[in-house]
Amino acid sequence: MTGHHQTLALLLFSVFVAITLGITTWVSRNRHGSAEEFYAGGRLFSPMENGFAIAGDYTSAASFLGVTGLIALFGYDGLLYVVGFLVAWLVVLFFVAELVRNCGRFTLADVVVVRMSERPVRIAAGTSSVTVSVLYLVAQMVGAGSLVSLLLGGTSGAARAWAVIVVGALMVIYVSLGGMRATTWIQIVKAVLLLSGSIALTVLVLLRFHGDIDALLRTAAERSGHGEAFLAPGLKYGGDWTSRADFISLGLALVLGTAGLPHILSRFYTVPTARAARRSVVWAVGLIGGFYLMAIVLGFGAAAVLGPDAVRKSNAAGNTAVPLLALNLGGGADSAGGTVLFAVVAAVAFATILAVVAGITLASSAAVAHDLYPSLRRRRAEPRGEVAVARVAAVGIGVVAITLGLLARNLNAAFLVGLAFAVSASANLPVLMYSLFWRGFTTRGAVWAVYGGLVPALGLVLLSPVVSGSPDSLFPAVDFQYFPLQNPGIVSIPLGFLAGWLGTVTSAEPPDEAKHAETEVRSLTGAGAV
Amino acid sequence: MEKQEGCDPARAGVEAAGQPLYGDPWYDALASGWGEVDGTGAPAPVVPPASRERTGGASEVYLEVQRSEAFQEVRSRYRRFVIPALVLFLTWYVGYVVTAQTAPGLMARPVAGSVNVAMVAGIGQFLTTFLLTWAYARHARLRRDRAALDLRWDTQELTRRLRGAER
Repeated sequence: MTGHHQTLALLLFSVFVAITLGITTWVSRNRHGSAEEFYAGGRLFSPMENGFAIAGDYTSAASFLGVTGLIALFGYDGLLYVVGFLVAWLVVLFFVAELVRNCGRFTLADVVVVRMSERPVRIAAGTSSVTVSVLYLVAQMVGAGSLVSLLLGGTSGAARAWAVIVVGALMVIYVSLGGMRATTWIQIVKAVLLLSGSIALTVLVLLRFHGDIDALLRTAAERSGHGEAFLAPGLKYGGDWTSRADFISLGLALVLGTAGLPHILSRFYTVPTARAARRSVVWAVGLIGGFYLMAIVLGFGAAAVLGPDAVRKSNAAGNTAVPLLALNLGGGADSAGGTVLFAVVAAVAFATILAVVAGITLASSAAVAHDLYPSLRRRRAEPRGEVAVARVAAVGIGVVAITLGLLARNLNAAFLVGLAFAVSASANLPVLMYSLFWRGFTTRGAVWAVYGGLVPALGLVLLSPVVSGSPDSLFPAVDFQYFPLQNPGIVSIPLGFLAGWLGTVTSAEPPDEAKHAETEVRSLTGAGAV
Repeated sequence: MEKQEGCDPARAGVEAAGQPLYGDPWYDALASGWGEVDGTGAPAPVVPPASRERTGGASEVYLEVQRSEAFQEVRSRYRRFVIPALVLFLTWYVGYVVTAQTAPGLMARPVAGSVNVAMVAGIGQFLTTFLLTWAYARHARLRRDRAALDLRWDTQELTRRLRGAER
C-alpha cells in the first residue's frame, strides 16, 4: 500500500471528524441542560431517524471489517455468525421496544423500579449496564487500534495507542457536549455513509460477476482451496465438540443479548411514542438486514476476487478484506479509482467506530449518573446536577475505556463483543423480562436476577481458556482453567433466569399486585409515559 | 383473523367518529413506514372503554384498568401474537445453529448449482426475520394500537381526576 491511500484516508477521516464536531456544536448551541435533552435528545426524533441511528449504533466495525473477513477466510461460518445479530431484533421488537418506551425514562433500571424498591435495584441494574457497556467499549477501542495500524500502515505500538486515545477523546467530546442529540445525528450520518459504501462495493462485486450469484459463490469456493466445504458450516467453528458448543453458546448470547444492551435500550427513549419506537425497529431491521446481506456478498466477493491467501497475508484475522477488495474493485493499487475507494472504506470504518463508541459512552454515563450516583450518594441530585454528573461520568468512562483499550490491545475484538452480549443476556434480559411479564416478581428476585447472571458470566470467563491455561490466553504461564468454553452464555443465561426465580420464591415480601398492574397497563397502553 | 374489507382504517374511523381519532399530538401519520404497507384491513373492533366511575389511589386505577375487559383484550391479542412467534423463531434459529454444528453433512447437501441447504437456511433466517417484523408491525397497528390508545387516555383521565380530587 502506498502513501496515497493513507493520506487520502486521513483526509476523509478528518472531514468526518470536522463534520461531527460541527454537528456537536450545532445541536448544543441553545441547550438547556435538562436530563430529557441530554439522555433522550428531547424525545423528538422521527421513527426513520431513530431507525437509522439504531442501525448506526448497532453495526460496529467488527461487523463491517470482521464479519466480511471471517466470510472471506472461512466462508459459510462467517454467515452463521451474522444471522444471530439480525434475528436478535425480533426479541427487541416483540418484547422490548414498545414496552420499555412506555415504562421507562432513560435507563434499564427505570423500567424495573416501577415495581420494585428503588435503591438496590438501581445499584444492581446500573452496575450490570456499566459492565456491559465497558466490555463493548473496550472491544471497539481494541478494534480502533488494530484498524489504524492495519489501514495506515503504522504497525508500531505508538500509532495504535494514538488511535485509541484520539477515538476516546472524540467520543468524550461528542457525548459530554452534545448529549443524545449529537450522538444520534452522528449515528445517522455514519449509517448513511456505511450503507452507501456497502451498496457501492456490492454493486461493483456483482458487476464483476455479471450479476451471477452462483458464479460468485463457485469462484469463491474454488479460490478458497476448500472447494464445496467453503460454502457449508464447519471450517472455523466445526472442530471438536468444545468449539461447537462454544459457537452454540455464542449464538444464544447474540440472539438474547441485543435486547439487554443499554445503548440499544436508550435509543427507544429518543422517540415520542411506543408506536414510533416500534416503527424505528422496523426501519432498523430493514437497514441492518440489508447491510448484513451486503456484508455476505462482500465477504464471498473478497474470497472470489482476492482469494483467501491475499487476505490472510495482509491480516491473519481477515480484517482488511473489505479495504483490499475496494482497492481491487477500484482498479488496483496504482489507479485513482482504487485509491479513492480504499480511502472511502477506511474512513467509513473510522466513522463506524466513532458512532458506536459515542452511543455506548452516553448509555453508560446515563447508568452512572441516573442510577448509580443518586443511589450511592443517598440523596437525589437535582436534575441540573444530574446532567453535570453525566458529563463528568462520560469523561471518566472515556478514561477507563482508553486505559483498558491500551491494556487489552492483544485481546480479540470479536471475543470481547461476544462477551458483552453474553453478560447483557445473562444480567439484563432476565430482570427486564421478569419485571415486564411476571406477576409474582419481587425486589429480591430482581437483584438476584442481575447478580445471578452477571457474576457467573464474568466468573466463567475468568475460569475459561481466554484467561489462563492455553498459549493464546491472557496469562499463559498459569493454569486455572476449569470452564472449557470461551463464551459463558449457554450456562450463565439460564443461571440469570434461575437466580431471578429463586430470589422471588424465597423472598419474604409478597409481590405488589398493584405495582404489577401499573407496569402491565403502562407497558401495553402507554398511560403515563413521558 | 377478522374479515377484512378494503377500506382505509384511519378514514373509516374518522368518518365513524366524526372527529379526528387521535388527540395525541405525537401520533404520527398512518402507514408511512417501511414494512408498514397500507393496511387493507378493517379497524379493530371497538373495545368498550374501561369503566370511568372510580375513586381511590392511583394504584386502584391501574388495578381496575388491568381488570377491565378492554385491557384484557389488548393483552391477550398481544400475547396471542408474540408467544407463538417467539416459539417459532427461537426454535427455527436454535435449530439452525445446532444443526449447523452437529450435522454439517446435511447442511452441505447441494440444492441448485453451488447453492446448498446451509445457504438456503441462512437466507431463510433473513427472510423469516423480515417477514415476522412486517407481520408484527401490521398486527400491532391493526389490532392493538387503537384500543391501547383509548385505554391510555382513559387511564390518564382517571389518574388526573384523582390528583385533582386530592388537591
